[in-house]
Amino acid sequence: MRFFLRRAAFYAFTAWAAITINFFLPRMMKGDPVSAYLQKNQGRISPEAIDSLRTLFGLDSNKSLLEQYIDYWQLLFSGDLGRSFSKGLAPVTDVIASAIPWTVGLVGIATVISFVVGTAIGAFIGWRRGSRADGIVPVATFFSTVPYFWMGLIAIAIFSTTLGWFPASHAYDKGTQPSFTLEFAGQVIQHGFLPALTLVIGSLGGWILGMRNMMITVLDEDYVTVAQAKGLRPSRVLVNYAARNASLPQLSSFAMSLGFIVGGTLVMELVFSYPGAGKLLLDATTAKDYPLMQGLFLVITLTVLVANILADVAYAILDPRTRQMEA
Amino acid sequence: MTTLEFKNVSKKYRVRGSGELLALDKVSFTLTSGQTIALVGQSGSGKSTIAKILTQLERVSSGEVLLDGTPIPTWGRPLRRYRQSVRMVFQDPFASLNPAHTIRHHIERPLRLDKVVPADQVEEEVFRLLNRVRLSPEQTIDRRPHELSGGQRQRVAIARALASRPALLIADEPVSMLDVSIRLEVLNLLAELQREANLGVLYITHDLATARHFSDEIMVLHHGTVVERGKADDVILRPQHPYTRALRDASPDPEKHFAVPTTPGATS
Amino acid sequence: MTFPNTVAAAVPAVPPAQTRKRGTLSRLGQTFAMFRNGKSIAGLSILGVFVLIAIFGDWIAPYGPLDKDFTALRQPPSWVHWLGTTHMGEDVLSQIIYGTRGVLVVGFTAGVIATIIAVAIGVTAGYVTGWRSESLSALTNVFLVIPGLPLIIIIASQYENPSLLLISSVLAITGWAWGGRVLRAQTMSLRNRDFIQAARANGEPLYRIIAVEMLPNLTAIIASSFVGTVIAAVLGLTTLAFIGVIPITNLNWGTILFWAQQNGAFPDFWWWYVPAGLCIALLGMALSLINFGIDEYVNPRLRSAGERARAMRKKGFKLSDTATAVRPRPAAAGTSGPGTSSDPGTSSDPGVTNAGIK
Repeated sequence: MRFFLRRAAFYAFTAWAAITINFFLPRMMKGDPVSAYLQKNQGRISPEAIDSLRTLFGLDSNKSLLEQYIDYWQLLFSGDLGRSFSKGLAPVTDVIASAIPWTVGLVGIATVISFVVGTAIGAFIGWRRGSRADGIVPVATFFSTVPYFWMGLIAIAIFSTTLGWFPASHAYDKGTQPSFTLEFAGQVIQHGFLPALTLVIGSLGGWILGMRNMMITVLDEDYVTVAQAKGLRPSRVLVNYAARNASLPQLSSFAMSLGFIVGGTLVMELVFSYPGAGKLLLDATTAKDYPLMQGLFLVITLTVLVANILADVAYAILDPRTRQMEA
Repeated sequence: MTTLEFKNVSKKYRVRGSGELLALDKVSFTLTSGQTIALVGQSGSGKSTIAKILTQLERVSSGEVLLDGTPIPTWGRPLRRYRQSVRMVFQDPFASLNPAHTIRHHIERPLRLDKVVPADQVEEEVFRLLNRVRLSPEQTIDRRPHELSGGQRQRVAIARALASRPALLIADEPVSMLDVSIRLEVLNLLAELQREANLGVLYITHDLATARHFSDEIMVLHHGTVVERGKADDVILRPQHPYTRALRDASPDPEKHFAVPTTPGATS
Repeated sequence: MTFPNTVAAAVPAVPPAQTRKRGTLSRLGQTFAMFRNGKSIAGLSILGVFVLIAIFGDWIAPYGPLDKDFTALRQPPSWVHWLGTTHMGEDVLSQIIYGTRGVLVVGFTAGVIATIIAVAIGVTAGYVTGWRSESLSALTNVFLVIPGLPLIIIIASQYENPSLLLISSVLAITGWAWGGRVLRAQTMSLRNRDFIQAARANGEPLYRIIAVEMLPNLTAIIASSFVGTVIAAVLGLTTLAFIGVIPITNLNWGTILFWAQQNGAFPDFWWWYVPAGLCIALLGMALSLINFGIDEYVNPRLRSAGERARAMRKKGFKLSDTATAVRPRPAAAGTSGPGTSSDPGTSSDPGVTNAGIK
């Protein structure tokens, strides 16, 4: 229970910190691009929308910082993140809501695949330490240091432009309306394959190396020796004794590295013109669409936080010690 | 003549989840220079807590510790002066020396910190201290702990403890981590140094045989209370408390050491 | 009651002259011990080449990075332009050489700043206890969870022309947390070690305990967290340059890729975009190798595992089969048993050999 409460407190604190950073970011901005925009588009924006923008960007200079902060929270609780300048003044929440599922789907699936496959390979080469399997290590290192976006560009150059196997951009064919048909699903898979593959290959190396090192450390533990001495089948020792214990730190570093992974994948979306949150953020940056940028940062951070919670739950299921603490 | 007095000292530890643990319960004793007291008890009996309080790594929960009649300071320069007169040799010589530093650093630091000798005589003093613990200064001074054996390291730890010329020395199981073959050597060295400098020694151990051999008095600690205390021979040969008896009977080969009364040990 | 004192003799006989010399030399050796292995040396060598290129770029580069040769546009590699030219006739090799400086300066500045933050917060959080430690730890975790790159993009986009120092600082602020976390854990385990207790009992002041007694034992961790941040900063910088958030006046490998992408280099003009990417990967690999070397220094099992397994295979055992492998002998196998020390299978078993190290 204690463990659970501590984690909950941590997540609440992180969420609060992210929201507060989001509150201060535009207030540290030089100049005042937002009021300039409002001036230019007078009459086209409803008074309520102007009010929320003023709260978000700290234009209510006659109010104290604390009052502004309270107003800001009220706005968040009513689900209002302002209006997007570059998307025809559509509510930011709507714009983000249309993009987030694509990112979560692509990054989520690619990350889980990469984690599972990388951990399995890492467990195997840790187990067969000193054999030819160690040859994977330098290859994995190389791929873990190549920037995602460059690998994506190469993948497009080879598999899309030259070989024509996969489409180079977008999440589905142009002119198709998203629907729950088999045909549309096929398109999504075809379009998502190349970016997902690049993400998997790019992040695989880190999981392989991390798991290999943990395996080698764990394999020296006495309980593994005892398991082997008991005459258990090697596969059983590998999976139930060594890999199971070695994967626990792997899982917590999974949770912690999500922030990094998300950063890298944002740029992937630019390369593949994938209509997700990353592409949206970069478009917003170019268009100087500050409300959208701010809203996206908040939503991306909160999404990473939710993924962290999921990884924590998985950890608790795998590690009996945390379960005991909760009992 | 320096006297250290423990007066009704209690120590509570807060334990996460399960309230408090009473590590020491109203312990009282006095230690004067020139005297060796053995503190005997099994692990968890509170021996190490006493050592930590004496070195002020822990504070008492209640009661008083007096050095020559004045309560030991908890802060600043007075605390440093107190620490100069009460030094400790740790149990594990593999852990008590910093692997990143040379032997010279370990012995130099207390000399410089307490300004025991003028700065230009520090090197000389380090040589003298190493000689006193029977280490060859030329061959050890620039080595790092990992290049020395366990016995040599413990000698370095003793030299470090003696550097500030303390009046009292706490030896927390100083030989339990060493090879059996060199334990006696190190204990003899301690006894000899104790005689030379007229030190008061608190010898913490769970080994009744060496406790009897090297100390004037034995104090038996059980669950944080002193259950028995007296002259070394009396405690071993005529134990009053059932715990002491159990402890004695649990010692390996009691006949050999305890059946026949012998002459008092080297230190008495 | 006297026992023969044989201690002086027990010290290995080393001539005094040699001992004197050891002082400074062995001190130096100790400091760099973590780099004394094949992996680290290989990594440092590659890094060294890049550093030389960055320093002497002006002399090495055959052309200026922005010198335009309108008679040679989008030329494939040739003897005149080893790595071909861009759409403006600029020499790609020269751009890469000049770009090295931008990458290394930002990478190392960010690494230094991040390491200072990580040491300050990590070591403090590890040394203090209670709510102070917890709140510093919470701060570290918040910085770990908050995705750095979006934050950098947003901050960088607020400035028309962010300076290199600003870019480095922002990369450092979003990248110190991992090192801080590792340092906190390591400091916590150091804090309760006897030699720190001994220093406290001797009355050493707090700053000396941290700076003199603890930090030398953390150098490997600090070095590895420094190298890790440099890798992250290099990737971050090139990514930002590729997106176009960083002004193009700051030439680095990411800027080359930005121009290549903007001017339709993909997929035909491979000489324009492949070398820059490979350079990033090569630099990253060099830094990773340095870190692997440090990892093996900190955790000797990683180093010995491969060697031991190879040695065993030579004797005809497979490490992955069972720990108590017995040499396949027709009849005697059963009698010799796994417990006998003469059996190479048991004696070189990892659990047995490392019992002493633990």
